Amino acid sequence: MQPLSEPPAGAQAERHVVPWTVYALIFLALCLLTATTVIVAHFDFGPYNLIVALGVAIAKASLVVLYFMHARYSPRLTGVVIAAAIAFFVILVFLTWTDYYSRPWPLTTG
Amino acid sequence: MSEAVVASSAPAQTRHHAALQHHFVDLQQQQEAASLGMWVFIAQEILFFGGLFAAYAIYRHAYPEAFALGSHHLNRTIGTANTLVLIGSSLTMALAVHAAATGRRQAIVGFLLATVLLGGVFLGVKYFEYAEKIAPCLGDQEHAGCLVPGANFDPHAVHAEGAAGQQAQIFFSLYFGMTGLHALHMIVGIPIILTIAAMAWRGRFTPEYHTPVEMVGLYWHFVDIIWIFLFPLLYLVTGQ
Amino acid sequence: MNTDVMPPMTTPQSPPPAFPADSYLSAGWSLRSWLLTKDHKRIAILYLLSISAMFVLGAVYAAIIRWNLLVPDGSHMSADAYNKTFTAHGVIMVFFFLIPSIPAVFGNFLIPIMIGARDLAFPRINLLSWYLYVIGAGFTLYALFTGGLDTGWTFYTPYSTVFAQSNVELAAIGIFIAGFSSILTGLNFIVTIHKMRAPGLTWFRLPLFVWAHYATALIQVLGTPVIAITIVLVALERIFHFGFFDPNRGGDPILFQHLFWFYSHPAVYIMILPSMGVISEVISTFSRKRVFGYSFVAMSSLAIAAIGFLVWAHHMFVTGMAVYSAMVFSALTYLVAIPSAIKTFNWTATLYKGSISWDTPMIYVFCFLGLFLIGGLTGLFLGNLGTDVHLTDTYFVVAHFHYIMVGGAIMGYLGALHFWWPKMFGVRYPEAWGRLSAVLVFVGFNLTFFPQFLLGYMGMPRRYHVYPDEFQVLNVLSSAGATVLGFAYLFPAFYLLFSLLKRQPAGDNPWGATGLEWRTSSPPPTENFHEMPVVSGEPYDYSKLGKEAVLV
Repeated sequence: MQPLSEPPAGAQAERHVVPWTVYALIFLALCLLTATTVIVAHFDFGPYNLIVALGVAIAKASLVVLYFMHARYSPRLTGVVIAAAIAFFVILVFLTWTDYYSRPWPLTTG
Repeated sequence: MSEAVVASSAPAQTRHHAALQHHFVDLQQQQEAASLGMWVFIAQEILFFGGLFAAYAIYRHAYPEAFALGSHHLNRTIGTANTLVLIGSSLTMALAVHAAATGRRQAIVGFLLATVLLGGVFLGVKYFEYAEKIAPCLGDQEHAGCLVPGANFDPHAVHAEGAAGQQAQIFFSLYFGMTGLHALHMIVGIPIILTIAAMAWRGRFTPEYHTPVEMVGLYWHFVDIIWIFLFPLLYLVTGQ
Repeated sequence: MNTDVMPPMTTPQSPPPAFPADSYLSAGWSLRSWLLTKDHKRIAILYLLSISAMFVLGAVYAAIIRWNLLVPDGSHMSADAYNKTFTAHGVIMVFFFLIPSIPAVFGNFLIPIMIGARDLAFPRINLLSWYLYVIGAGFTLYALFTGGLDTGWTFYTPYSTVFAQSNVELAAIGIFIAGFSSILTGLNFIVTIHKMRAPGLTWFRLPLFVWAHYATALIQVLGTPVIAITIVLVALERIFHFGFFDPNRGGDPILFQHLFWFYSHPAVYIMILPSMGVISEVISTFSRKRVFGYSFVAMSSLAIAAIGFLVWAHHMFVTGMAVYSAMVFSALTYLVAIPSAIKTFNWTATLYKGSISWDTPMIYVFCFLGLFLIGGLTGLFLGNLGTDVHLTDTYFVVAHFHYIMVGGAIMGYLGALHFWWPKMFGVRYPEAWGRLSAVLVFVGFNLTFFPQFLLGYMGMPRRYHVYPDEFQVLNVLSSAGATVLGFAYLFPAFYLLFSLLKRQPAGDNPWGATGLEWRTSSPPPTENFHEMPVVSGEPYDYSKLGKEAVLV
């Protein structure tokens, strides 16, 4: 085999083992957030209902991604992949929504 | 964007490991490739479910009443319990990966089986939820209270005024479509977890090599994340 | 082996090139060794065979279309049969030829070699991709042959969900499966290019062919899943009457179009970007010059991929979508033309003061440059809201996209086929026949599609099996052109296959090109290189090879 280059710094980062206590704590946090979202659903905040619900869901999802899925201890490229997927999903929803926002639809009332 | 290129000054056992595939230089390259591959797969899954979430966003914005009414016909207690079950299965999956990273063979198998068990509970509960919704649709009479979209959908069963009853059909279409697709992903995942549990039982994994456990873990956590969004969007819609 | 050291030039005095002792082709002769291969080069050949077959089928449907349009009264076939014919042509050409074409054949074959790797990151998933393609094609062909599909390749609702009596679900399943073939190919390319480059091969030393396929792979992974779920929704609506796109149940048919075009517009960039990658490789080889503005060309591939996701509703301007939203999409559409223009200017600058030789691949490059230019510029008329009202759903659109897809993408495909044929099979093809066929393709293509710009401008609608009498002359011209084009496509089929029988060895580097694929034998060994390369120089460094031709 030809001589090849040196391993980059941080090559062993992938081998970082998260202590199981961290997982237990995250699980508890997820349970608490689940309880929160259920309790909050009993109140009507009007247009903010969706924002609150999504906010809690995003918090929960972030905990799962960062800790259970090790994204916090993964190479930067992992974050780029996640960000790209979310970005293009947002583009899909947002640009589609600009159509529905700027015309009267549905045409029937009620 | 300067990326790490191939490193072969890794320890010898990672260059000649039994699990090393011939086109990779060493185990680290193989593991990084597998991880990136699984994340890219998850990225496309985000867009796959994303189409449904986009439809949901448009229709909820258009029919807020119908969505709130439809959501009230879903059992929040069952939904909450199921959510906790699935989050629990994510915990056991994370613990399985942890066990693999610390070389505890029996713990890997135990936690993977626990994950499958909890996943099975989730699916069992979903089966009963579906059955309860489908039952009124199997009779022939009108106004039977059928909430499954299609020819037998009964708008009056939603207890709505005006067109909201018919619009709720879109809510239920999204309910069955999104939870159905989610359940399908779990049904595909469970045999894979069992296969990897069998591999673990046979001692295939070490702290240096347990990539399949990590990969199935990523998949399973993703399935959990989808449910984390589905639960409030379907079960917890508040409104008039 | 180090790219700083030049391989010995083959001159008329040196021994003639010979076939290598071992190659990926001789590594097993059984059917099993091909159908269960994990070698990316063999999988590329499997794709070459399948997509060629699909191309022939799609071309037959095109011939039927042009035969029907010889007469204005549609007397050659019923309207229903005509609908099924143009739908079949579109479905086959888009999903089963153009989208896989260059990535699945040349991307698969060349990317590992170009980056100095032994295979793609996931060889078994690569094989799975091929099987998914074949299974998807099977479902779709079954749908087309047992009753057919008449919705147009675009499946617009509510016709496809409520009214169509044809094999919508079956075809949808086939396209869904083929979609995952595409997703997995893209996934494989992304991971391979990130993780398996040879030592010294930094991103900005990659061949532009690799950059193009990286950008394409991003689109495949991010865009295809959306059409996959959309197809699922259409099937659910047809089978269970869910109501997503049915106004009677509160749905919106235009939502289907948003979801459909979110993928299908970036899909056209899946079809053109790899071709642009080919152009970069061929134009530098036959100008004996590095590509001008390398980093601009590389970055413009990524820009096309990204901006391409922002413009989809320009297919929907007249559907009843909001005009304010349409204005946004129109502006973004003009933006996406810019990176394509950047590439075209850079290629032109590459030619300037180059030492140009007119081999077959280069003729296809020139065809591409002119025809893609016309196709691209005519897109601007369609991106403009006012003129689009006049031109949409006319033959102007048909001509526009055929200039890009045939004049652009297929010219790139044929150029690639000729440029890398000696590498893939180790043999030379007859150059005179190659040049003749290229010229004939160009003539036939323009005769077929230029009249269609005029027809569209004068108001002839697309997807109609009849037309006003005064359009007949142009239609007959177009059909005549299609006949020439059909024959022109046949010639390469014959002389390329003949070259496999005649077996005149090509040698490692018959074109005198740079790039790692020309540093290994023709055909390459199964493991791609006998000694893995280390890269220390810039790409397209023709100063080292000198200006003398190395063709024997």
